Amino acid sequence: MSAMSNSNWDRRSVLRAAMGLAAAGGLAACGSNTGRGGGSGSGKALTQYFHAYGEAGTEQAIKRYAKAYKGGNVTTQWITGSNFESKLFASLLTDKAPDCFEFHPQLQLIESGQVADLSDLINPVKDDFNPADIQSHTVDGKIYGIRMIDDPQFFFYRKSMFEKAGVEVPQTLDELVAAAAKLTTDKVKGAYLGNTLHSIIDPLIWSAGAQHLDDKNQIAYHTDAVVDGFKQLRKLFTSGDLLLDAPTDFWDPSALNQGLAAMQWCGMWAMPQMQEALGDDLGIFPFPKVGDAGKLSVYNGGWSMFVNAKGKNVEETKEYVKWLWIDQKEYQEDWALSYGFHIPPRTSIAESADKLKSGLPAEGVKLFNEYGNFDNIGWTQASRTAMEDVMANCVRKGGDPDKELTKADAKVNRELKKLFG
Amino acid sequence: MSTITKDGVSNPAPAKAAPAKPRRGLRGSPTFNFWLFTGPFLIGLAIFVYLPILWSFYLSFFEARFTVTPSEFIGLDNYVLMLTDEDFMGSLGTFTVFAAIIVPLTWATSLGLALMVNRLRFMRAFFRSVFFLPTAVSYVAASLVWKMSIFNGVRFGMANTFLNMFGIDNTAWLANPDPPWYWLVIVTVRLWLQAGFYMILFIAALQNIPQELYEAAAIDGAKPGWQTFWHITLPQLRATSTAVILLLLVAAYQAFDEFFNLLAKTTWGRPPLMELYYKALGDNQDYGAGSAGALILTVLICLVTLLQGKFMGFGRGEESK
Repeated sequence: MSAMSNSNWDRRSVLRAAMGLAAAGGLAACGSNTGRGGGSGSGKALTQYFHAYGEAGTEQAIKRYAKAYKGGNVTTQWITGSNFESKLFASLLTDKAPDCFEFHPQLQLIESGQVADLSDLINPVKDDFNPADIQSHTVDGKIYGIRMIDDPQFFFYRKSMFEKAGVEVPQTLDELVAAAAKLTTDKVKGAYLGNTLHSIIDPLIWSAGAQHLDDKNQIAYHTDAVVDGFKQLRKLFTSGDLLLDAPTDFWDPSALNQGLAAMQWCGMWAMPQMQEALGDDLGIFPFPKVGDAGKLSVYNGGWSMFVNAKGKNVEETKEYVKWLWIDQKEYQEDWALSYGFHIPPRTSIAESADKLKSGLPAEGVKLFNEYGNFDNIGWTQASRTAMEDVMANCVRKGGDPDKELTKADAKVNRELKKLFG
Repeated sequence: MSTITKDGVSNPAPAKAAPAKPRRGLRGSPTFNFWLFTGPFLIGLAIFVYLPILWSFYLSFFEARFTVTPSEFIGLDNYVLMLTDEDFMGSLGTFTVFAAIIVPLTWATSLGLALMVNRLRFMRAFFRSVFFLPTAVSYVAASLVWKMSIFNGVRFGMANTFLNMFGIDNTAWLANPDPPWYWLVIVTVRLWLQAGFYMILFIAALQNIPQELYEAAAIDGAKPGWQTFWHITLPQLRATSTAVILLLLVAAYQAFDEFFNLLAKTTWGRPPLMELYYKALGDNQDYGAGSAGALILTVLICLVTLLQGKFMGFGRGEESK
């Protein structure tokens, strides 16, 4: 019989030890570090959700701001992966829902009572915000989110490659397809629009002279020009001049930086990384016109902060978001300009931001102001998914765009009926 | 009572077995012990499996967008919606294609590996471990390695680098459904991940085959190799094969991770669970329709399993010996 068998660790001892450990664990939980720490405040424990930004230092920055808040103990959930929306929506149905979270303005959040009215926080400083940002967050006179950053998206291109191929900056989608063909070599593809092509759906609609919804919240995207736009994109997709299946998606500048493509659809957030990799060999241009009635367009994306209306600490959370996203201008400037480049939605901060006053960043701001289009709050995730299916089915799979748009119409109308009756 | 040996030495009488102490109270009750050990498991099962199933059944009759405590009863509308939904019905077709490829391929590969490893005289444990190790890798991690390292569409992807050596241009393995190269990526990652596990099952079954059968066959003139395999080994593996195929089929129904990570946001190559994920937990957040789809899928899996058991004679393995 081994010595082990004579051990004093009989069943009762093991049970006693386990109970002791459990008790110690319980006592430890009463201490300072419960795993929910992150802030230094002595008030309520609050939780905020952020999607994982690609720029280095962003996670640390958000946690640093939260730690500086004295009115509560704010924990940050930094959600990696591509399904931030799913995790957020699922958690909003549970007791573990975040107290505040970043997202885009969407009506279903308001209709389902998931986000709190923040008008009382924003109204005193409303005039200092970009009016389009305020409008895109307003329903029936109430403002439901605080814009944190504006993110214009446009084409970035390698000037040297354009010069070498004798290509001018394209003004129309036809010219873009032709330029991609001229720019393609055995090492470099002409263009990269992301692996799923989802990021260019909105610009395609705007550049075709259409809108997602009209003033009466009826479908306005199903036009001949949009159909033609999808057909031209299919031509580009099958031409062999488009970079497909890159290791990273459109939001990451690697495809352009590594010389895999001569032009790439991306956001202004990646501009510092591109400038560091490519120096002055970098230019930008808006999404080109689609059809005769088209116009150049830029997607003014971005992220906003919302307060969970069904949370247990709504008032405390409102105090926190007011403190961070209205009062703390230095943090807002740091968040917008120290990691990637974003345009601060506060006019006073945007106007004083030296980094945006010259060179390519200033050009990005110009495109934002001249050609920018903002989110429509009635265009929700369900409608977005319907249009993403159109892109997948007619551009990547070769289906008929008109038929695919008709299928999307049915889904979008179902959504609109639920939202607007 | 003592006994007398040949030498006349009396042996001590064997000690009587000590009478069992009467067990006292609940601790001595087999019923109590049964519930003590199975109770926590049953409680967990009830809370985390049966209750959600019942709640899902309840939700399937309600309009439940962005809520799991709905109030608008809509009868069978969610079932009608799912059964007329092109995407959901198409996902059943995707599953059929996937199962038709992955089930026989994994069965054959794992059986082949088992036969090879079982014949090894040296380093058998090493090779068993080598083939079994992928089982410990997460589907998400493996999918990302396949997507970003081996089968990405640029010139430095491993597969494309290999093809470039023969002058073949880069292939977009996952971006383009025509031709459907994505099946190669999906099937190879799952094959790599699960063949080792089923290999272990087959090795156990191979070691249970009586050696006398092979000896008798050899005496009767059976040639070792294909003839022996076909007439002795394979029939003896019938019960294991049936179980393996059943497990593979159920696993194919449950396929999600590799499809989700390799083909996110496509409209093709969506198996049923991925379709339900997008319906219920993805952007649409329609828990009513998602629940109806989940119940339709459950009924379908039960039917297929019962039919497969009937045709392949699950549980008749012992009789066939």
